[in-house]
Amino acid sequence: MSAPASTPGLVDYDEVVERFDPVLGIEVHVELNTNTKMFCGCPTDFGAEPNTQVCPVCLGLPGALPVVNRAAVESAIRIGLALNCSIAPWGRFARKNYFYPDMPKNFQTSQYDEPIAVNGWLDVELDDGEVVRVEIERAHMEEDTGKSLHVGGATGRIHGAEYSLLDYNRAGVPLIEIVTKMIPGTRERAPEVARAYVTALRDLLRSLGVSDVRMDQGSMRADVNLSLSPRDSGVLGTRTETKNVNSLRSVERAVRYEMTRQAGVLLDGGPVVQETRHFEEASGTTRPGRRKETAEDYRYFPEPDLVPIAPSQEWVEELRGTLPELPWERRKRVKAEWDLSDEELRDLVNAGALDLIAATVAEGAPSGEARSWWVSYLAQQANTRGVELAALPISPADVARVIELVASGELTNKLARQVVDGVLAGEGAPDDVVKARGLAVVSDDGALITAVDEALAGQPDVAQKIRDGKVQAAGAIVGAVMKATKGQADAKRVRELVLERVNA
Amino acid sequence: MSSDALTGSSMNSELTRLTAAELAQKIHSREVSAVEVTQAHLDRIAAVDDRDEGVHAFLHVDASAALSAAALVDESLDAGTAPASPLAGVPLALKDVLTTSDMPTTVGSKILEGWRPPYDATVTARLRAAGIPILGKTNMDEFAMGSSTEYSAYGVTRNPWDLRRIPGGSGGGSAAALAAFEAPLAIGTDTGGSIRQPAAMTGTVGVKPTYGAVSRFGLVACASSLDQAGPCARTVLDTALLHEVIAGHDPMDSTSIDAPVPDVVEAARRGASGDLRGLRVGVVRELSGEGYQPGVRSTFEAALRQLEALGAELVEVSTPHFRYALAAYYLILPSEVSSNLARFDAMRYGLRVENGATSAEEVMALTREAGFGPEVKRRIILGTYALSSGYYDAYYGQAQKVRTLISRDFAAAFEQADVLVSPTAPTTAFPIGDKVDDPLAMYLNDLATIPTNLAGTTAMSVPSGLAPEDGLPTGLQIMAPALGEAVMYRVAAAYEAARDAEDGGPLIQRVPGLEVSA
Repeated sequence: MSAPASTPGLVDYDEVVERFDPVLGIEVHVELNTNTKMFCGCPTDFGAEPNTQVCPVCLGLPGALPVVNRAAVESAIRIGLALNCSIAPWGRFARKNYFYPDMPKNFQTSQYDEPIAVNGWLDVELDDGEVVRVEIERAHMEEDTGKSLHVGGATGRIHGAEYSLLDYNRAGVPLIEIVTKMIPGTRERAPEVARAYVTALRDLLRSLGVSDVRMDQGSMRADVNLSLSPRDSGVLGTRTETKNVNSLRSVERAVRYEMTRQAGVLLDGGPVVQETRHFEEASGTTRPGRRKETAEDYRYFPEPDLVPIAPSQEWVEELRGTLPELPWERRKRVKAEWDLSDEELRDLVNAGALDLIAATVAEGAPSGEARSWWVSYLAQQANTRGVELAALPISPADVARVIELVASGELTNKLARQVVDGVLAGEGAPDDVVKARGLAVVSDDGALITAVDEALAGQPDVAQKIRDGKVQAAGAIVGAVMKATKGQADAKRVRELVLERVNA
Repeated sequence: MSSDALTGSSMNSELTRLTAAELAQKIHSREVSAVEVTQAHLDRIAAVDDRDEGVHAFLHVDASAALSAAALVDESLDAGTAPASPLAGVPLALKDVLTTSDMPTTVGSKILEGWRPPYDATVTARLRAAGIPILGKTNMDEFAMGSSTEYSAYGVTRNPWDLRRIPGGSGGGSAAALAAFEAPLAIGTDTGGSIRQPAAMTGTVGVKPTYGAVSRFGLVACASSLDQAGPCARTVLDTALLHEVIAGHDPMDSTSIDAPVPDVVEAARRGASGDLRGLRVGVVRELSGEGYQPGVRSTFEAALRQLEALGAELVEVSTPHFRYALAAYYLILPSEVSSNLARFDAMRYGLRVENGATSAEEVMALTREAGFGPEVKRRIILGTYALSSGYYDAYYGQAQKVRTLISRDFAAAFEQADVLVSPTAPTTAFPIGDKVDDPLAMYLNDLATIPTNLAGTTAMSVPSGLAPEDGLPTGLQIMAPALGEAVMYRVAAAYEAARDAEDGGPLIQRVPGLEVSA
């Protein structure tokens, strides 16, 4: 089959969904945050000097043997349980054989046809509240590869590079690969469903505490499979697998782009090539990966150096008991407890604030204040910094402490924001910032009384209104006092004093 | 080389002719120092181990490391400390397939020429902890693939019984070192007979322990599911003493058995009293029929009569699936080999051939082309094919089923008999060059030894006399169930004692060219 003379163009998105049904499939690789690697005792810290977290086992030195990390198996089982999977009572690792310099043994030890978790599902909520159930085919354990750095050449890719450097720190880090079944019927919402699924999975894994789930650092990586069927035909098209999708937004963009690209190819009369493609962050497009001249034959066979994993029913049930409140359970609970509408809840979820608020509440803060801080002032700060809310350098415990200081009258709301600014600026915990910046509330009633009296004298008409029972008019006096004290006063106390002094 | 070169100074020669148990006794009673014993063996190696004309059992000898280890034993004994083990101070020859942090480990291959491992194998570490000085690393067929040591990339090892003949393989170096009195103890590894067949061909004792009994950590893999390190010596008792040093659970090897080590030393001592009454010895019909050299058959028949005379009851057992063992073995082994040896790619260690290559793949291909010998390549190709998509079920899958059937044959046979016996190898040592170009003929050497590896059970070879037609040693193979080493050692020790009594002394003392001129 000869290549088409010119590259077919992209097709308008509306036309794509009018003529085709997209079928999604998503594979997510998650690096577990175990202290040690999958098959040896080396640490797994991100960002260490190259080749400092290695040993004979993860370097694949002659004679070295793997031993399965029990903590990784525990994490895998917990992930499987949280995804409503069945846990296999017995399973072997297999060797996936292929030559590549970043693989020390030139085979990857991976569960192949005997995954630890199978047949589960994850309910995924879209922005408008619609829930899509994504079926999970399997979750299996494997080891990560090292990293290659290609030096010289224009592209940073292996082709054209002058030489390559290898860092085996990542080699052998435990990975869980979570594979969905085909996700049909998403129509025009396919890109959104893809993003929502990866988001939901990330939140789930975060709540399980099994991974850092940092897409930017590669501890969570999504490969997006997509094919197009002629609309309502039920005939499956040829799929592509897009890799290098490194953010939630990219997941959505990659799906959308592949839909428009594949539609262009199909409408041009060409076949979609079954291939691996790479997502280009800058352009939002995908390009074909390295074309292999020969079909890969991984020659899988059971890993003879390891004994089968055979988790007992008791162990699995014990691990089921360690599952934390899962994100959707938490949502259900807080919705009832905080008396939220569907819309309010969704806004909190979409803003990535729900878990943070819940954590702040768990630290003792009232839910209203906790919500208020995260969705207004902190959301603004995140927006200004261009980061996600969760990435702000302030913890739910810090926020809870600030709320406590306000409630006890030690801080005003205005001062509280300055304290939060200090925490965000890395000046320490809230109490440190209060001390360092001298942000204690003016609580000397004598000074406040003078200020209140002056304000009342300055606005006799307002004072009279208050005396006449229009208590809300006190706000103007409180405002004047706060202005006079440069915000250092406790507004609540000022208000009490205003009502007291107006009749004095 | 003349036989004169195979003699050394009288005092040293006397020491080298002692058993490990005798040496240990003399060292621990301070009659002789560990340094003297080690030096005697180093002298012996210097005298007889010439690469071009001598035995050439060793690829690497580290006199200073061995002497320092011996000196530490002496110091410790001088200080009144109890010996670290019953073999403390008795030197040993280590097959070059086990990693050593202070010596190269080549596995008999060019691809690892000069490689110095950064770590000790568990077996190596246990030897050191037991106060056993390591004299050096012994020759072997490349990556333990072969039955003659001719596939070593560093030259053949010669059989001390006849320097024109092979010493067996793959562990020919370890066996020859024992037979040439270069070491009283040696470690071998046995994937399909690499300990037992060389033992038979050199008139020495070699044990393949139960799979998982001895840690494989640091054993450079040939076939992971078949490989097992084991003890080699000139007597059953010495072998048992060494067995207890190296066996035992190792958390670094997932396939290691977490169970107590059978008391094989006690079994060997008890067996030497020579009473086998009440014991059933199964004669494997499939391993005692056609294809054996007449002298192998006649010495085997004589061994059976001796066992009977010791009180054992002989029963004939049948293992119908053993006939498929060789075929299954030559699918499973190459499959695992093709994967295990993938790591030798020039990227991290070992040989690197660039030759103007412009990509990593080319460097890998050129290095593997230059670094692997013909038998290794043959098996990598076989295994790659057997695991290929579309062939897996027909080859690897079927072979695994055969493996299960062979295990069942063993289980059924061990219902009828406490141990099974057969000749260890179908022939005595053959001339160098005889079979090197005929892989199938070479593979047939392991016909009787392979079933044990496939089943993961234990077996050993003990000398069973000399074949009348060529005057070369033959071996009796004794097989026992998994973790049945005690009964196996007991039978071996009883048979050894009876045969020595009948022969008027140990067979090994009749190695030609080794008489000491006192």
